[in-house]
Amino acid sequence: MVSRYENVIIETVSRLLIPAMQLFGLYVIAHGHGSPGGGFQGGCILAASFILMVIAYDIKEAKSRMSENLNTILCCAGVFIYGGIGLLCVILGGNFLDYSVLHKVLPVDPVKARYMGIFGVEIGVGIAVMAVMVSIFLNIASGGEHEGAMK
Amino acid sequence: MNEQASILIIAIPLLVSVLNIPIGLLKRSLCYPLTVFTTLSCVYLSFVIADTVINTGNISYHVGGWEPPWGIEVAIDHLNAYMLVIISFVSFVVSIYAKNSIEKELLPDRIIYFYTIYLLLVTGLLGILVTGDLFNLFVFLEIASLAGYALVAIGEDKAPLATFNYIIMGTIGACFYLLGVGYLYIVTGTLNIADLTRLLPALYHSKVVLAAFAFFVVGVAIKIALFPLHTWLPDAYTHAPSTVSAFVAATMTKVGAYVMIRVMFTVFEPNFTLNALPTTEILGWVASAAMIFGCIMALAQTDLKRMLAYILVAEVGYIVMGVSVGNRAGFTGSVLHILNDSFMMVSLFFVAGAIMYKEGHRNIKNLSNLHKKMPVTMGCFIIAAISMVGVPPTAGFFSKWYLIHGAINAQKWFFVAFLLLSSLMVAAAFFRIIQNIFFQPSESHTTHEEPVRDEVPCSMLLPIVVMSISLLVIGFFSGQIIDSLIQHAVPKGF
Amino acid sequence: MDTMDFIIGKYNYWVYIVLMMIGFYAMIAKNNFAKKLVGMNIFQTAIILFFISTSSKTGGATIPIIQAGMDKAHQYINPLPHVLMLTAIVVMVSTFGVALAVLIMIYRRYKTLEEDEIMAILKMEKQI
Repeated sequence: MVSRYENVIIETVSRLLIPAMQLFGLYVIAHGHGSPGGGFQGGCILAASFILMVIAYDIKEAKSRMSENLNTILCCAGVFIYGGIGLLCVILGGNFLDYSVLHKVLPVDPVKARYMGIFGVEIGVGIAVMAVMVSIFLNIASGGEHEGAMK
Repeated sequence: MNEQASILIIAIPLLVSVLNIPIGLLKRSLCYPLTVFTTLSCVYLSFVIADTVINTGNISYHVGGWEPPWGIEVAIDHLNAYMLVIISFVSFVVSIYAKNSIEKELLPDRIIYFYTIYLLLVTGLLGILVTGDLFNLFVFLEIASLAGYALVAIGEDKAPLATFNYIIMGTIGACFYLLGVGYLYIVTGTLNIADLTRLLPALYHSKVVLAAFAFFVVGVAIKIALFPLHTWLPDAYTHAPSTVSAFVAATMTKVGAYVMIRVMFTVFEPNFTLNALPTTEILGWVASAAMIFGCIMALAQTDLKRMLAYILVAEVGYIVMGVSVGNRAGFTGSVLHILNDSFMMVSLFFVAGAIMYKEGHRNIKNLSNLHKKMPVTMGCFIIAAISMVGVPPTAGFFSKWYLIHGAINAQKWFFVAFLLLSSLMVAAAFFRIIQNIFFQPSESHTTHEEPVRDEVPCSMLLPIVVMSISLLVIGFFSGQIIDSLIQHAVPKGF
Repeated sequence: MDTMDFIIGKYNYWVYIVLMMIGFYAMIAKNNFAKKLVGMNIFQTAIILFFISTSSKTGGATIPIIQAGMDKAHQYINPLPHVLMLTAIVVMVSTFGVALAVLIMIYRRYKTLEEDEIMAILKMEKQI
């Protein structure tokens, strides 16, 4: 169990650092389909900011920001966005993950629709990776004592 | 719809598995019907796919509209279609059975996650079957294995320890497989199975290809628990929850056998597999050892599930032996035995689960008078047991017939002897239980009160009955199954 | 001279084999489950190294990010193994996570992660 160890320097620095890390994580996710980066990397950076919060403060503080159920639902939401976009392509008459057919629902041409489709998938991957990394960390850091953990 | 069926069969269970958690958090009782409905839709889709394959030929589906070999291909021929029907049907029956059994054996807050991971396991197994890409196959193999680790770990007291061994062994197997993929990628620059089939014959003299083949065979042999590498299996399958044991025993090793057949006879040509290295010779002897060893160990057990797990080791030996003799009859026998063995294993583990449900133990020595308490369950147990032994009208006879036929055609007289000997030992193992159930006087009840009839709930009894009847039905229709599906799956050159 | 070429010219394969065998040794010989797990991780990392090293090209090829003035395929290293290994890393992390969770369950049951001590406990329980 990670218990709180008060230290002004660590808490102040992480308070400054965490928003910057999260912003950087979002930047990496948003640029994943056009340049280096993407859902995996951005999701890991977002999760790292959260893990830093657990290390600098404690698990209770971190859980007041994001509850266990919310985290689990985010895991599912991420996978669902990914699979849902794939399925949407099937419903619109293309093959699975054939993003170009998304131009039927998006106000863009097929080439741009492919671009947007990959972006949507990257967002899904980013959410799922962040939530999974956080839940692995919380479950293991708390030795399974964490609510909703394996008992 | 029809042309999309081959991708929907993995997309639907994946999406529903993640939907299960939010829905389960709202109302836990909704998870079960959702899971049953999903696996039912998989059964429907698998029949659609099988129908398409039989009537119009192989399916090649391009994910994202990208042409193979650059894009990811979903490739289905007769062997895939046949395996898809088996796995989706078994997953449907097991999902019906699951409700009461897991409510009895698991903590209540794990039930939502059980259904989620169960559907992930189904996704992984179906994904292995539909994909036409070696690396995707690795990813799906790992999805299935990880889901399997998690499901085994939620079992009884000693399950975590067994799971840890399973994880270590399974990871080594998967890593060897991945190395094989890497070696083939170095020499050919492609991962698509059809493309590899086209490119590899020019490279058969290369030592890299030989190394890749060896890595593939060893890696998959760990995954299917072939005899000297089987050590993780009995512990893991004994301590898992009954439902999980039934599903995993019936599907994981069979899908692994499918991967082995795919690698040995589609990625590589039969000619290479049978002649370049003495692989099939070694596999044949190892498989014979597995048959004998599995049965000997099964005879020594007192725990019913553990005994079944050791019989599974022997059954894997049958399947691999049929592949290794390298002729049409042996191959047909192997592929038919995949179907029969998965159905027999499901029925037997179902019965073990039913005994656990009512009696709270599964010690072979304390089963007396169960035929009066649970007549239907025990009747189904006997059908499954004689099918396992290979008594004529049941399914098990026909696949063993083909296996022996194949061994005789290949003039491997030792294999014939081992096969018959092992059938005899399976018979001994099962008749020991049957004797305990029917003829042993009850020791604990000294009073002469008649045991009351006390069957398991309908949602558990129905799957048991369905599986046992289907064993008889498959026995009668095995000719049709071979004609319509298996004979097209036999590789060219046999 | 040939032997030297054989060793130095293919150094990436030697590194991967040595790393893999270190991991394999840890998995087989170590008594502590956590150390076995670390060995498993080294084993998988060795394979990732192997894949990544196969994507390199001679002649100053650079990372596969399109840059101005470089429009030939041979100027970039092969991106496919990198993509494959991204997936393999995800698999590796998930395996590691599941294995750690299982280790926690084992620790809570036996209060130790040493294999011989757990075997002793199991033996004692069998006798009772």
